[in-house]
Amino acid sequence: MCLGLPGQIKSITGEDPLFKSAQVAFGGVQRQISLMYTPDAQCGDYVLVHAGFALSVIDQDRASTLLSALESETSENKAT
Amino acid sequence: MKYVDEYRRPEKILRLRDAMHQLVSRPWTIMEVCGGQTHSILHHGIDQLLPDPVELIHGPGCPVCVTDTSLIDQAIELALTPGICLCTYGDMMRVPGSIESLFSARAKGARIEIIYSPTDAVTFAQQHPDLNIVFFAVGFETTAPASAAAVLMAEALSLDNFYLLASHVRVPPALEALMQNKDCRVQGFLAAGHVCTVMGYHEYHQLAQTYHVPIVVTGFEPLDIMEGIYLCLRQLETGKHAVENQYRRCVREQGNVHAQEAIHKVFQVVDMPWRGMGVIPASGFSLNRHYVHRDASVLLQHAPTTSKTNTNDPCLAGQVLQGIIKPPACPAYGKSCTPEHPLGAPMVSSEGACAAYYHYYGHL
Ligand code: SF4
Repeated sequence: MCLGLPGQIKSITGEDPLFKSAQVAFGGVQRQISLMYTPDAQCGDYVLVHAGFALSVIDQDRASTLLSALESETSENKAT
Repeated sequence: MKYVDEYRRPEKILRLRDAMHQLVSRPWTIMEVCGGQTHSILHHGIDQLLPDPVELIHGPGCPVCVTDTSLIDQAIELALTPGICLCTYGDMMRVPGSIESLFSARAKGARIEIIYSPTDAVTFAQQHPDLNIVFFAVGFETTAPASAAAVLMAEALSLDNFYLLASHVRVPPALEALMQNKDCRVQGFLAAGHVCTVMGYHEYHQLAQTYHVPIVVTGFEPLDIMEGIYLCLRQLETGKHAVENQYRRCVREQGNVHAQEAIHKVFQVVDMPWRGMGVIPASGFSLNRHYVHRDASVLLQHAPTTSKTNTNDPCLAGQVLQGIIKPPACPAYGKSCTPEHPLGAPMVSSEGACAAYYHYYGHL
């Protein structure tokens, strides 16, 4: 039950924040997911879903930079 | 699938493995807190990629495993009561109570619906006004917002037949309890990324400082876990103990404030029994005084009992959940205890460490 899945919002329905929901695609499967906790999520956004609730809008710009940092370290090492 | 496939690319994972091998100079023991991470580690063979001196031990983050036997007993009692239907996540069905599981109770006529989301239980309550619907609300801070939402929805819809058997657990007090155990071997934590999605990680700074442990908020894909381990090792090797966030694409320091608001509106922090670990102070959520009318214990015929402890219980779940032993060290593992015939919750759950070992390593 604790496993979260990333999915993409296809359409949004409802105005009342308590009952606002979205069709979210997980690969080929679509499910109705509550947007109560991600009221600002937009169509096309990817959200992380737990037990039928979107808990976070996934932010591509905040992906980890560790690997690129490591890579530039290695290339510096090679250069010297 | 986006946000999955790109975090499974072997070349990046191997790049991190090489960096780790260069970095490590001595033995370190790191605990991944979440059972979902344990499964990912064994499934992708991450434990095999680490430098020899680095050991991963598995933590208590399996919600099914830590739910106390007394709660399973109460759920069964409710489900067997005429006029009540228990709605539960499927994972709970085969967890042993002190006498039997929900699964075997259903075979005897207990009324149980397996649901994907608590909202399904609310819908079910709307469709069955003649039945009292009890949602078995278990899990960590990841599922607590969904349970809170179900209560708020039931209020908004004026449903007077919707109840909660609530036993939500909180991660930070459990980590604190682990660190206070004299047998604790943990030198660094990979904190559960999804719990932090909800709660943020501001609570962890104090823990890192008090116990001098680095804590790295980590995601669930193989590349996330490799990065989490690398960042944790980098701190250990340089004598640091700070909180770092590897899972930045999903987790912000403050967490999801809307979800936290709902949790605090509906629940209160209480002491909670953990299976095999005893009562941990302030480690759970139960309904607060504004929502006691939705507490399923009013439907129980008997007062809620504390766990009928079975003194012959061969299950070492408490030690497994605290990372003191690994599953194959349990004498029952793979012999009298298998996923087909589980003796304890960690062999049942899709997030349990015993099930993960059995699935990926077999009898050993
Ligand atoms: S192997 Fe079975 S009996 Fe042993 S700790 Fe795991 S679940 Fe309990």
